[in-house]
Amino acid sequence: METKLYTITIFSENTVGLLNQITIIFTRRALNIETLSVSPSAIKGIHKFTITIFSTQDVMEKVVKQIDKRIDILKAYYNTDEDLVHQEIALYKVSTEKLLGLGSIEKLIREHHIQILEMNDSSVVFQKIGHYAETQKLFDELNQSIGVLQFIRSGRVAITKSKVERLSDMLGEIQRKFGKIQE
Amino acid sequence: MEKQKITGAKALIESMLKEGVDTIFGYPGGAIMPAFDALYDYDKQLNHILTRHEQGAAHAAQGYARVSGKVGVCLVTSGPAATNTVTGISDAMLDSTPMVVITGQVGAALLGTDAFQEIDVVGITQPITKWAYQIRRAEDIPWAVARAFYIARTGRPGPVVLDITKNAQFQEFEFEYKPITHIRSYIPIPEVDPVQVKVAADLINSAQRPYALVGQGVLLSEAEAELKAFLEKADIPAAWTLLGASAMPTDFPLNVGFLGMHGNVAPNIKTNECDVLIAIGMRFDDRVTGNLAKYAKQAKVVHLDIDPAEINKNVKADAPVLGTAKETLPALTALLHPAKHTEWIESFREVDKQEFEKVIKRELHPESDEMTMGEVIRKISEATNHNAVVVTDVGQNQMMAARYSNYNIPRSLVTSGGLGTMGFGLPAAMGAKVGAPHRTVVMYSGDGGFQMTIQELGTIMQEQLGVKMVILNNHFLGMVRQWQEMFFDERYSFTEMQNPDFVAIAKAYRINGTEVLKREELDAAIADMLKDDKPYLLVVNVEKKGMVYPMVPAGASVTEIVLGE
Repeated sequence: METKLYTITIFSENTVGLLNQITIIFTRRALNIETLSVSPSAIKGIHKFTITIFSTQDVMEKVVKQIDKRIDILKAYYNTDEDLVHQEIALYKVSTEKLLGLGSIEKLIREHHIQILEMNDSSVVFQKIGHYAETQKLFDELNQSIGVLQFIRSGRVAITKSKVERLSDMLGEIQRKFGKIQE
Repeated sequence: MEKQKITGAKALIESMLKEGVDTIFGYPGGAIMPAFDALYDYDKQLNHILTRHEQGAAHAAQGYARVSGKVGVCLVTSGPAATNTVTGISDAMLDSTPMVVITGQVGAALLGTDAFQEIDVVGITQPITKWAYQIRRAEDIPWAVARAFYIARTGRPGPVVLDITKNAQFQEFEFEYKPITHIRSYIPIPEVDPVQVKVAADLINSAQRPYALVGQGVLLSEAEAELKAFLEKADIPAAWTLLGASAMPTDFPLNVGFLGMHGNVAPNIKTNECDVLIAIGMRFDDRVTGNLAKYAKQAKVVHLDIDPAEINKNVKADAPVLGTAKETLPALTALLHPAKHTEWIESFREVDKQEFEKVIKRELHPESDEMTMGEVIRKISEATNHNAVVVTDVGQNQMMAARYSNYNIPRSLVTSGGLGTMGFGLPAAMGAKVGAPHRTVVMYSGDGGFQMTIQELGTIMQEQLGVKMVILNNHFLGMVRQWQEMFFDERYSFTEMQNPDFVAIAKAYRINGTEVLKREELDAAIADMLKDDKPYLLVVNVEKKGMVYPMVPAGASVTEIVLGE
């Protein structure tokens, strides 16, 4: 079966040990997390996890149901890149001297939509926002030409292209059954 | 009413009483001492049973829960006590048994410092529980206990761990108890989808050779009558999984027998001949399916289950119907056309005859002087009018007990199915006797498994639990030996056992018992064992190299079932 990158989105209560509850499900099937990002969601008290994993659709189906089954998880689902608008952020530190040695950096900035966050005698810190391939391309270019002193890339954040977040359906359903939701 | 200030320890006990707890299996120790101190004042309301090991407490709670349908409760201390319950918790997780395990924990101020008997219980038990939670302050106790019991018993049942720090047990607070009726992130019972019910009913109505597989879901939702009505309306033959044993009485005409690796022949091979396969509250375990690539490929599959994660996990369902069997079966029955499948059902009986000739006859009516496990089990089943609760250990004794016991009453087989825990039998039987005091409880164990939790004889002595313990002694780890014979060139690597005088050990615990060496002594010994409601140990020396047949070898298709020589 075809392996590709899947993005798993999880809405959960903000309880201690929640990340462990999720990762144990990956560990059992020897799945490696590619990227991970966690933050409070639009709904107060509910956290959103975005996790990317290389796997097959069959495994994703099963894993997502097993995650969804955990008590403190409100909703879990998976998407492929076609269903998503997604983004990552990367920071690059390079030597000021070597950067200036390139001559003009206008081309670099225009081509890669770079923002400069910090600059001093010894180093410059860039920021680039984009897909993995894009931030990687800039890294490869810089690393070949002047070398990259430090590099960091965030986990993916993603939003589905469909109108509503599936969590709203679930919360609506619960409200219908039990009345107003208490935290 | 004015709220009263009480300690966390007392609140823990009060909360359990509110949840209807009347029995606790436990073992005191440092970090749970405040709770045990509080328990001292509740001896009228709560029956605490002191086991001889925390693993015994966990399995006893399982046995109790399995026969009674109530939540089994364990109360133990931190560190080694908590880790000793891990096997029982895992077992309860795989077999969907409602259980709440309460572990003491070091004071909150010491957490994370490698304090004496501190271990990360929540971290250890998260993969093997429905929910695991650490309580660090007394105010959280009523809420957490309510939540724990709600989670353990609702939906697909399972184990919950509450880890309570010592300071939370000492703290005083204003106690107020509110039961939990829902949790927003948890849907215990999915709504029955009428569209899927219709799709499933259409499939069954169009079937020429429908075939039902009955799992523990029927027992857990108490849907035995609904199952019977469903099967009878469309004349559907039904087989049962190990944990589905006793969901249908043995003599129910549509009951065609036991599924799985050591199940009956017809139920296995007919899986690959039916045209519509109806799985009811079962999860297509590998011990049932054998090689999935060759499992029921010709059939349309209807899968009734409470747990969405079971749908399409192992076998793809053409018509998944979510919900409890109690709800989904009548919904389905209402749409079924009455039908007759006489010829199809008769074809099971034809295969049964072959199994009787090649396997069962030899087991129940052996020509040799050596006794077989099967004949002992059948005799005891008959002597108890097939009404006993049968508790097993794991291995040959377990498969033989499942095969050769007959069942009249639901919840009559307590066995470690998913985890296959040796040492489960004795403590689970104690719990079963506490949970069903008016029923005869017969435990079968091998000589190996019995010695894994043999110390629980102490509990049986102290509580005078009338468990009828039967050791089927072959001086081998029989199931492993069987595999060595079949698949490892008879290289009996560390499976032969030199055993103690079990009856003398029982005697040391002031438990009556007898050892049977010859067939002529068996009937009298069984009668002696069953003459009263006292604990009793019966050791039967059976053939050393007995085999459990039939067998679907691991990785083989259900049709490649082996009948023996």
